[in-house]
Amino acid sequence: MIAGRRPMITPGRQLMAFVFRDFSLTRRYLGWVVVFTFYAMVNSATIALIGVAAKDERLTLTLIVGVLLWSFLSVLFNEIAMSVAYERWEGTLEYTFMAPVSRLVHLFGVSLYAVVYSIIRLAIVVGGLAVFIGLDLSRANLLGILIVLLVSSFAFIGLGLMAAVLPVFSAERGAEATNIFQGCLLLVSGVYYPVEILPGWLQPLAKLSPATYSLSACRKLMGLGSGQGQFVGAPISAVASELLTLTLMGVVMVPLGLWVFGHVERWAKKTGKLKRTG
Amino acid sequence: MKKVFRKRKRQGIFKYTVNEQWAVKDVSFEVAHGETYGLLGPNGSGKSTLIRILSTLLIPDHGEVRLMGHRLPDEEREVRWKIGRVSVDAAFYKKLSARENLLYSAYLYGLEPKGAEKRAFEILERLGIESRRFSDPLEEMSRGMQQKVSIARALMINPPMLLLDEPTTGLDPKSRRDVQRFLEELREEEGTTILLTTHDMNEAERLCARIGFLAHGQLVAEGASEELKQQAQTATLEDAFIKMTGESLSGDEVGNQEGGKE
Repeated sequence: MIAGRRPMITPGRQLMAFVFRDFSLTRRYLGWVVVFTFYAMVNSATIALIGVAAKDERLTLTLIVGVLLWSFLSVLFNEIAMSVAYERWEGTLEYTFMAPVSRLVHLFGVSLYAVVYSIIRLAIVVGGLAVFIGLDLSRANLLGILIVLLVSSFAFIGLGLMAAVLPVFSAERGAEATNIFQGCLLLVSGVYYPVEILPGWLQPLAKLSPATYSLSACRKLMGLGSGQGQFVGAPISAVASELLTLTLMGVVMVPLGLWVFGHVERWAKKTGKLKRTG
Repeated sequence: MKKVFRKRKRQGIFKYTVNEQWAVKDVSFEVAHGETYGLLGPNGSGKSTLIRILSTLLIPDHGEVRLMGHRLPDEEREVRWKIGRVSVDAAFYKKLSARENLLYSAYLYGLEPKGAEKRAFEILERLGIESRRFSDPLEEMSRGMQQKVSIARALMINPPMLLLDEPTTGLDPKSRRDVQRFLEELREEEGTTILLTTHDMNEAERLCARIGFLAHGQLVAEGASEELKQQAQTATLEDAFIKMTGESLSGDEVGNQEGGKE
C-alpha cells in the first residue's frame, strides 16, 4: 500500500474489523458466554413453567414468546448500546475513534455481529427449552418469526445507537442509564402481559416501543392471535401492519441514532470526553 | 492553537462552579516533511492534548491546525488515513493476542490482512519480540512488549506521519534503545515525519532535529538541541529546559491557568 493512501476495498474490510474483533472477544470470553446463555435458558424455562403449572397452554405460549423475544432483543440492544462502554473499559475507544472508518460502517459492523450473535444465542435457548419443557414449534410459522426478528432488529439497532452515546457522557453512569432504559422498554412493551393492563399514562409509551409490535406479530405467528383451540401459526400476511410499523420505526430510528451519535461524538471531541476515563 | 477544558463542580441543587483549565495556550509550530520534532515538557504541560488534537480526537477552541495539507477538524477523515499514533498507554484488547489485535487494526484500515500481518511481524521481530509470543494474550505480555506491539500497529499502516506520545515511558533500558534505534531506521528508510513527546532529554537529543519546550500549555522555546543550549547558555538540554521554563521535567501537573465562574 502506498503510505497514507485510502485502499479501494475499504468499507467491506472495515466492516469485517468489527465482526472479527467481536468474534475474537466472544471466543476469549467463551466461559462467560456459556454462563449467560445457560442463565437465559434456565430463566426462560422457569418463566414458561408458570404457564405449565397453571395448566394453561395459551399462557405458556404467551410467556414463551415473551421470554424468547426479549432474550433476543435485549441482547441485541445491549451489545450495541454497550459497545462504547466496553471500549472505554478496555481503553481502546480513542484508537477506534481515530481510525479512518465512518461511523456508519463502525456501528453497522457492531450491529451486524450483534444480530448474528443474538440469533445464534436465541436458537440455543429455544433448543434448551424444547428439551426441558417439550416445546413444540411444529405448528408455528417459524419463517415468519425469523422475518419479524430481522425487521425488528433495525428499530432496536436505532435504539441501541441512541443509548450507546450515554457512556460517552460518563463511563459508569452511562452504562447504568442504558440498563434503566432497557428496563423501561421491558416494562412498557408487554413482554409477559397485554399492554392494556398497564396504567393509562404508560400505555402511549407502549406504542413507541418496537418490541410491542414484534411481540404482537410473533404471538400471531405462534398461533396466539386466534381464539380457542389449536394454536396454528398465522400466515405472514396476518402481521403486515406490524411489519410495516417496525419497518417505519427502523427507517426513522437508524438514521436518528446515527445523527445523535455523530453529534455526541463531536461534543465529546470539544469537551475532551473521549479519553479513556471520565 | 488554544484548548481549554471546563469542569463543572456542583455547589448545590441549582448551583455549580465552572473551573477552566488551559491545556494548550497559543501554541504554534511547524514540522517539516521527514523531520523528527520533539516536544519536551513535564506532566500536565499539554503534550498529550496536542497529540490528541492532531489525532482528530479533540477539537481546539481557537486556531488553525493543518496536517499533511489537510485542515482539522474539517478534513479529519483524510488526516486519519495519514497518521499513526502511539500513546503512553498501550490501548489494546488485553484478552486478545498480539496477532488478533493487529489483524483488527489491519481490517480497520482496510488493509489486506495477510500482507499487513507480515509487515507487523517483521517490525515486531526487529523490535526484539520472538514470533512465538504473537499468539499470547496481550495481558500476558510485559509493558515493554505491549508498547512494541503498539508501535508495530501504528507502523503496520505505513503512515507518512507518526504521532508518538511518550512511547518509551516505563520501558526498560534495552527496550528503550530498541525503540529508539527502530525510529532512527524508520526515518532514514521511509522518510516518516515524526512528532515525539517525551520527558527524556537524551531521547530528544538523539532522535529530534528540532525540539520545542512546552510548559504551562505554552511553547516557550524551540530549536535544535545545540541552539537551545546556546540560547540558555547552559551545558545540558535539561539545564536549558529548567532555565527557560522555570520548572523541571519531573514536575507534576502545573502551569494551568485556573479560574472559577458561576
